[in-house]
Amino acid sequence: MQFTVKTRDGDLHSVEAHVGLSLMENIRSAGIEELLAICGGSLSCATCHIYIENLPGGAELSSKSQDEEDLLEASDYLKPNSRLSCQVVFQPPMDGMRIVVAPDE
Amino acid sequence: MMERFDCMIVGGGHGGAQAAIALRQAGFAGSIGLIGDEPVIPYDRPALSKEYLAGKKSFDRLQLRPPELWNEREVVLRLGRRVIALDSSAKVVVCDNDTAIGYGVLIWAAGGEPRPLSCPGHNLSGVHTIRNKGDCDRLLSALPTSQHIAVIGGGYIGLEAAAVLRELGKEVTLLEAQDRVLARVAAEPVSRFYEAEHRTHGVEILLGTGISELTARDGAVSGVRLQNGTAIAADQVIVGIGIMPAIGPLLAAGAEATRGETGILVDDFCRTTLPDVYCIGDCTIMRDGPGIRIESVQNANEQAQTAAKAVCGKPQPLRLVPWFWSNQYDLRLQTIGLSLGYDQTVLRGNLVDREFSLVYLKDGAVIALDCINATRDYVQGRKLVEAHAHVDPALLADDRIPLKDIAIAA
Ligand SMILES: Cc1cc2nc3c(=O)[nH]c(=O)nc-3n(C[C@H](O)[C@H](O)[C@H](O)COP(=O)(O)OP(=O)(O)OC[C@H]3O[C@@H](n4cnc5c(N)ncnc54)[C@H](O)[C@@H]3O)c2cc1C
Ligand code: FES
Repeated sequence: MQFTVKTRDGDLHSVEAHVGLSLMENIRSAGIEELLAICGGSLSCATCHIYIENLPGGAELSSKSQDEEDLLEASDYLKPNSRLSCQVVFQPPMDGMRIVVAPDE
Repeated sequence: MMERFDCMIVGGGHGGAQAAIALRQAGFAGSIGLIGDEPVIPYDRPALSKEYLAGKKSFDRLQLRPPELWNEREVVLRLGRRVIALDSSAKVVVCDNDTAIGYGVLIWAAGGEPRPLSCPGHNLSGVHTIRNKGDCDRLLSALPTSQHIAVIGGGYIGLEAAAVLRELGKEVTLLEAQDRVLARVAAEPVSRFYEAEHRTHGVEILLGTGISELTARDGAVSGVRLQNGTAIAADQVIVGIGIMPAIGPLLAAGAEATRGETGILVDDFCRTTLPDVYCIGDCTIMRDGPGIRIESVQNANEQAQTAAKAVCGKPQPLRLVPWFWSNQYDLRLQTIGLSLGYDQTVLRGNLVDREFSLVYLKDGAVIALDCINATRDYVQGRKLVEAHAHVDPALLADDRIPLKDIAIAA
């Protein structure tokens, strides 16, 4: 399984996906280092901000917690499809999805 | 011929790892070597007293970058090797295996070492610290046969460890020399809240306790004797009483430190007083800063980026607004700013709901917030801290008013 990540320079990277790990962990394991994810998934830094661009039919993302909403709200680059990648766990129906790394704050 | 790196990084923790990555991101084309005394690639240290101790995350998931990445970025890792001396005029370091390695620029990111107890018995087997993976693994391997654990020190690490150990079903006694936990970093309401939470979860907390010795049976620790004579039985003892900066070779080479050698003094670009020697992370104290070490992942990361940019000829002074987090049970503490020197606190929300913030002010200006299960305040309070906002305490205390709606009068 895989998903595609568009980095800030516009390059596309195909990321091999591990089911049950967060998108952040998957992106980090793929060696994409512009996603800082400073707090390691502790929902304290918002440096793992991404946009979900394309979700295969049938795939559903876990909904945002209030804390995730609050952190995202502070971003200058908030969009309706914004997520903190440490809060989204990769599941099989998400195979083939596409995400974009949000700009640096 | 002596090995040499255009940029040598000493210490493979949060600061060192980020420095190597940031150098490449900033276009550094020379060779990079990273020398670290731990035998493993850089990993997420905060997890040691959280998910890793709890067995919720394996080590694989803590690695800051995948093993191949270092190779791909042409960062040469020299692991399991400790730097013991530095000659800053010859630009050479000496490692504990007697090899010398040359450098063009040096970034020192060696963090800190746990402060040991000074009482008799402090180095018995069964006495642990939690600073690196090796420490944590030793503790983990002792846990299955241990029931009673004494934790010495009521700072973040001690409290986090206590929380995990309770969740693992251990009996935990936490000993704190001060009259409250978190005394160094938080105000009394936060301390008392955490004491109550830990007691509710079954941790026995003893405050204001001096320790006279660690007792032994068959060569291993068997308990803690307090100065008032009380004996506390313990199968393992965890000591979490702070760190000492790992700066010996820098001091010996003449780098300027604070009085008391609590940290290497660095400027806004993380430069030390030695030529082409930078210092980042837990072992630094910013010259124009608050005068203490900022021991956080954020500080290590931001200083790493600052040093990397300066090395690449794109200097940008660091303006740090510190933030920090700590997880205990289902409580998430998030701190923004630095409460040091506060003269007033305002409570927002109420303790009973286990969702509140404590706002710290100094001369009427907001300088920090400790937010407990209150991410919104943590996020929105940042602007008040950044602006040094002067806010009517009554407004701050009213948790029906979002902090972002409070007009900022600096
Ligand atoms: C258990 C624990 C929990 C924590 N929780 C949090 C938290 O929740 N949030 C937060 O923000 N921060 C937390 N911290 C603090 C945070 O981990 C540190 O501030 C951060 O790791 C500092 O980065 P550093 O690069 O300065 O040092 P480190 O990450 O400690 O890295 C230094 C490295 O250098 C090595 N080294 C030392 N001397 C030498 C030498 N002479 N030669 C070669 N290598 C050497 C060390 O072994 C180490 O690997 C926690 C720390 C610990 C120990
Ligand atoms: S990694 Fe920090 S919020 Fe996601």
